[in-house]
Amino acid sequence: MNATAQQGVSLQARDVCKSYAGQLVLKGIDFQVERGEVFVLMGPSGSGKTVLLKHLIGLEVPDRGEILIEGQPIHSPGVVDRYRLAMVFQSGALLNSLSVADNVGLYLSEHRLHPPETIAQIVAEKLALVGLKGIENKLPSELSGGMKKRVSIARALVIEPQLILYDEPTSELDPLIAVTIGAEILRLNQRIHVTSIVVTHDRDLAFGIADRIALMHEGELIALGPPDQVKADPHPLVQRFLQADFRFNPESITP
Amino acid sequence: MFQNFGEMLMLLWRTAWALPMTWRQRRKVFDQLFEIGNASLLMACLLSFFIGGVLALQTGPVLAERGLTNFIGQIVGLSMCRELAPAMMAMLIAGRIGSSMAAELGSMTVYQEIDALRTMNINPIQYLVLPRLVAISFALPVLVVFSILVGWLGGAVVSVSNYQIAISYEGYFNSLRDGIDLIDLVNGLFKSAAFAVVIGLVSCHQGLHTIGGPRGIGRSVTKAVANSIILILILDYFLTRLLMHLDR
Ligand SMILES: Nc1ncnc2c1ncn2[C@@H]1O[C@H](COP(=O)(O)OP(=O)(O)OP(=O)(O)O)[C@@H](O)[C@H]1O
Ligand SMILES: [Mg+2]
Repeated sequence: MNATAQQGVSLQARDVCKSYAGQLVLKGIDFQVERGEVFVLMGPSGSGKTVLLKHLIGLEVPDRGEILIEGQPIHSPGVVDRYRLAMVFQSGALLNSLSVADNVGLYLSEHRLHPPETIAQIVAEKLALVGLKGIENKLPSELSGGMKKRVSIARALVIEPQLILYDEPTSELDPLIAVTIGAEILRLNQRIHVTSIVVTHDRDLAFGIADRIALMHEGELIALGPPDQVKADPHPLVQRFLQADFRFNPESITP
Repeated sequence: MFQNFGEMLMLLWRTAWALPMTWRQRRKVFDQLFEIGNASLLMACLLSFFIGGVLALQTGPVLAERGLTNFIGQIVGLSMCRELAPAMMAMLIAGRIGSSMAAELGSMTVYQEIDALRTMNINPIQYLVLPRLVAISFALPVLVVFSILVGWLGGAVVSVSNYQIAISYEGYFNSLRDGIDLIDLVNGLFKSAAFAVVIGLVSCHQGLHTIGGPRGIGRSVTKAVANSIILILILDYFLTRLLMHLDR
């Protein structure tokens, strides 16, 4: 595994539609993410961000449209296997039967990429990176929500991926750790030019790290562009979402 | 249930394809074997002893009336071997192990652990289904041998101690030895291996297709056990027919 020689991958969603039990969740999503870009996806709860991420990494098959990774349909045989992809799940999705160390090192040990000692070393290193030390032998059930999230981020980092999807990486984290995670997303992006797609409700994080921001609303992208452009977007929903704060009536966020 | 047959056959096929990876997954196979043994040995022992016992109790007095007590070992021996041990152990394992497989895989599905594996390019079939299926297919026949032996013993204890039957241990085991061939044992083992595949397949399939949150896990477990048992009993009939045919 040679991290320095690696490049991020480009990703394209083409008219992606998906419905669950008759409810249209994605209504024709179109966008492209360039190699090495940090692409932030925002939007109200339930707007379909998680569903979209699952499509982007090939876990779900769209009803219509397609996802292209480096120009090739992600569901063509053998295409996903060619790239190293990682996803930080909203819930963490750690394997409950494995210890923290085994979880973080799972990719390396299952694919036999390193001997066990090296794996242990890498695992400790990545855990330290997300501010966790000495919890290698704990089980996921013994961790707090924020710790699980960080272990899950460490597990994704271990893969040294070419594309990494973060589903709300900083929810459940205190502001200090959140800033560290934000910095790490950027650092990883600069160091190995990974393509990052970040779903977040954290506006500071979003505007701090994004090359481009997309705003999703009820299964559609209603704004897409560099942070400044999105900030200036006159669309009323965009403005309401971006400017909502505690002085507002919370109901005004989701009309 | 029946629309799942195709999916289950696919799962079997894909697991069979993954069989060469068994050595790589040997630690998980051992873990599973240990779990199966741990969860079922004592129960199997108890169950088999009493099945053998009740067989002797039911048939013994009738045979004794007709002066045929020297057949009792053979009857208990054959029934345990060819039918009761494989069928009862399969049901025990369906309840004890099939349910826990379905629950475990079900919760992994619901809590997106399977999705996480897939994003890491780890094939859930190799990683989860293969070790379980291999372990259960090995463990159930072994358990059946054990059950047969304990069942014979149960039959013996009852035949000797029941005043209506009252034959000697020697008489019982002589009759048993005379009445039973190796082929009868092979017969039972063959059945049990088939049942094991059914249990593993049904349970893993149900687990992996769990939908609807934690409640779905409960549904999967119930379905896994019920479907396994139904399939076992149906398959039992047809396997018995087949084996009888081959015997001739
Ligand atoms: N497997 C599924 N089956 C049925 N409906 C689903 C499924 N997954 C998602 N949905 C529906 O799709 C919609 C979008 O869900 P999604 O999880 O993508 O929201 P989200 O934007 O990630 O929200 P949040 O910010 O709260 O995480 C919701 O209405 C949800 O009920
Ligand atoms: Mg979500």
